[in-house]
Amino acid sequence: MGLMEKCFGFSWGVHPADHKRPAADAPVRVMPMPERLFVPLAQHLGAPALPAVLAGQKVKKGERIANPQGAVSAAIHAPAAGVVTAIGEIPAPHPSGLPVLAVTIEVDGEEACDGADGGPPPCDDPFALDPAEIGRRVAQAGVVGMGGAAFPSALKLSSSKKAGVETLIINGGECEPYLSCDDRLMRDEAPAIVDGIRIMLHATGAREALVGIERNKPEAIAAMREAARAHGDVTIRPIPVRYPMGSEKQLALTLTGREIPAGRLPADAGVVVHNVGTAKAVSEAIRHGRPLISRLVTVNGGAARAPGNILAPVGALVADVLAFAGGLKEEPARLIMGGLMMGMSLPHARVPLVKGTSGILALSAAEVDDRAPDPCIRCASCARACPMGLLPLEMARHIAADDFAGAAGRGLKDCIACGCCAYVCPSRIPLVQYFAHARGRLAAEERARLRLDATRKMAQAKSARLAAEAREKAEAAARRKAERAAAAAKAKAAAEAEAAASEEARALVDA
Amino acid sequence: MLAAVLSLTVLGAALGLVLGVAGKFLAVEANVAVAEVEKLLPGTNCGQCGFPGCAGAAVAIAAGEASPACCPPGGKAVAMAIAERLGVALDAASIDDDGPQLALVAEDLCIGCCRCLKSCPTDAIVGAPRQIHNVLRDACTGCAACLEPCPTEAIRLVPMPVTLPHWVMPRPLAA
Repeated sequence: MGLMEKCFGFSWGVHPADHKRPAADAPVRVMPMPERLFVPLAQHLGAPALPAVLAGQKVKKGERIANPQGAVSAAIHAPAAGVVTAIGEIPAPHPSGLPVLAVTIEVDGEEACDGADGGPPPCDDPFALDPAEIGRRVAQAGVVGMGGAAFPSALKLSSSKKAGVETLIINGGECEPYLSCDDRLMRDEAPAIVDGIRIMLHATGAREALVGIERNKPEAIAAMREAARAHGDVTIRPIPVRYPMGSEKQLALTLTGREIPAGRLPADAGVVVHNVGTAKAVSEAIRHGRPLISRLVTVNGGAARAPGNILAPVGALVADVLAFAGGLKEEPARLIMGGLMMGMSLPHARVPLVKGTSGILALSAAEVDDRAPDPCIRCASCARACPMGLLPLEMARHIAADDFAGAAGRGLKDCIACGCCAYVCPSRIPLVQYFAHARGRLAAEERARLRLDATRKMAQAKSARLAAEAREKAEAAARRKAERAAAAAKAKAAAEAEAAASEEARALVDA
Repeated sequence: MLAAVLSLTVLGAALGLVLGVAGKFLAVEANVAVAEVEKLLPGTNCGQCGFPGCAGAAVAIAAGEASPACCPPGGKAVAMAIAERLGVALDAASIDDDGPQLALVAEDLCIGCCRCLKSCPTDAIVGAPRQIHNVLRDACTGCAACLEPCPTEAIRLVPMPVTLPHWVMPRPLAA
C-alpha cells in the first residue's frame, strides 16, 4: 500500500450503497428439492465435463454424472436422487440465452445418504494425507471457486504447491452490493470454513492464511475470530469497505502489500486467493466426502418479496428458487445472476443455478436506470475510479471506432470488469459492455487466426499427399513399363536362342 | 600478343569477381509483401478469387491489381489484415461479409458419390462410397469448392453457428 493510500484512504474503487441488510440478517432457508433439476455440464472455467450417465439411468444423490475432460475442467455430481430423463440442450444462465448441454434429473424424493459413490472417501485426519492426495479428492468432489469465476479448485491447489506460494488469502470481502451469502456462511459455518482453510494450507504448503473480511460484517468477523482462535496460522483481518475489495489483486495488495504484476498470476507474488465458500466446500469434501452439489445463494433486490439466503441445489431453476424465496412483488425490471456490479443479466428465469452462482437479484424498476447514455464529457471520473489504473474513457473511444488493438494497447487485458467506471460515469456510458465486446472480438480474431493456420496446414498436407500419390503412380507405371520391356527382351532373347538351337539341330540333322 | 591475352584475362577475372560479390551482397530479394500477404490468405487454393491459388492472389494483391477484399472465405478479417499490412485504406463497411460459413451436407440428398471429398482442399469432408458424407466443422473453411461437384446439390453453405464460448457481447449503441 502506498503512502498516499495510508494517509488519504484509497485512490481506487467506489463505495456503492451495499443493500446487504436485511437479507444478511435473515436465517438461511433450505430449499426443498424441486421436481426437476437441470445440471449444466459447463459450470466452470475450462472445458465442459463429459456426461457419464445415460438417459433413463437412475442416479443416487452425490453420484458422479459427468467427468472432467482436458486439463482445466471439473467433475459434476447429481444434486439429488432421481432418474436422468435427458441429456440435452437447455438455455444457459448467460446474457445470450444460448443453449448449454445439461443433464436433466427427475427427482424422485429418495434421499440417499451422503458420501455416495462418485465423491471422495470421508477422512478423519486430512493432515495425514499427502497434499497431492487432497488435490485429487477436491477434484473428485468437483469443487470449483465459489466466488463467481468457478475456476477448478484442485488445479489452483496443486499449482500453488508447485509455485511455492507463501500466503493463502481467503476472500471474505464480499464487496458486491446486495450479496450476503459469504457473510451468512461465515456467521453460521465459521468452524467448517476455518477447517477448510487449514486443509488448504496443508495442500498448498503456504505458511499462513489471511482472511480478509470487510468491516461492514462485524458478526462474521466475530464468528471467524472465535473459530480461528485456536489456530495460529489463520489470521482474520478486517479490511476497509471498498468496491472491488473482493477482487484478487486488490485484496492481495491490501492484505500483504504485494502487488500482482500485470498479466501474471497471484502465485507470481507468492499468494493464492480462495473464497470462503470454497474453503467450506473443501472441508465438506475432505472430511465428509460430500461433493459440491448445493450452495448458498442470496436472493435480493427490490422486486423480491422476502430477501434472504437460500441453500439451493445446483441445477434448480432460478424461477423455482425465486418462488421458494417468497416470490416477487412485481415483474423484475432486470434479473441478475451474481452480484450487482459484475453479475450477468439473465434473459429469463427458466435457467438453472450453477456452482458459481452467488446471488439472484430481482431488481425493481426503481433500481434500474434505463436512460440512454449521453456523450462522454471527458471528466475522467472513470480513470479515478479504476482500481487497475486504466483509462476507461480512452479504451472505450478506441472500441467505439472498432480499434480493438488500440484498446488492447491501453490495457484492456488488465481490466477486471469490476464496473467501477460505468458506476461513476455521469453520462451513463456502458463502459464495461464496450470492454466485454472488445474482448470478445479480439478472442474471435485470435480464434480465426488459429483456425486459418490449422486449415492452411491441412490444405498443404492434402496437396503434399496428392503430389506423393501422383509420383507413386508415375513410378509404378514406369516400373511396369520397364518390367514389360525387360520381359519382352527376355522373350525375344529366348526366341532367338530357340531359333539358334533349332538351326543348330537342323545343321546337325543335315550333317 | 601474350600481354594482350594476359591483361584481358586478368581484367575479366577481376570484374567477374566484383560482379559475383555484388550479386551476392546487393541482391534484391523477391517482393516480401507477396510472401506476407500469402501468409495471411487461407492457403486452401479454392480459386474463388479468380487467381491461380492463394499464391497467385497474393502476387496480384501485392501488385495492387486485386483488392485486399477479394478472398471470399477469408472475409472481412483477412481483408482488413491484408489492408493493414499493405498500408491500403479499406472501408470495413464496404466489404460484403456474411461472417464465417460452413458447408453442410443434406443427408436426404447425399447419394454417397465421394466427388466432394476429392474437391475439398482441407479434407474436411468424410465419407465412403454409398454412405452419407459429413463435414468436419473444425476443418471446413467455407470455401465452397465442394458445391459445384455435388451432383444432387446436397451441399450448401450455412453461417457458422454461435456457441456459448464463442459468443461476443454486442457493442453498445453509440451515445
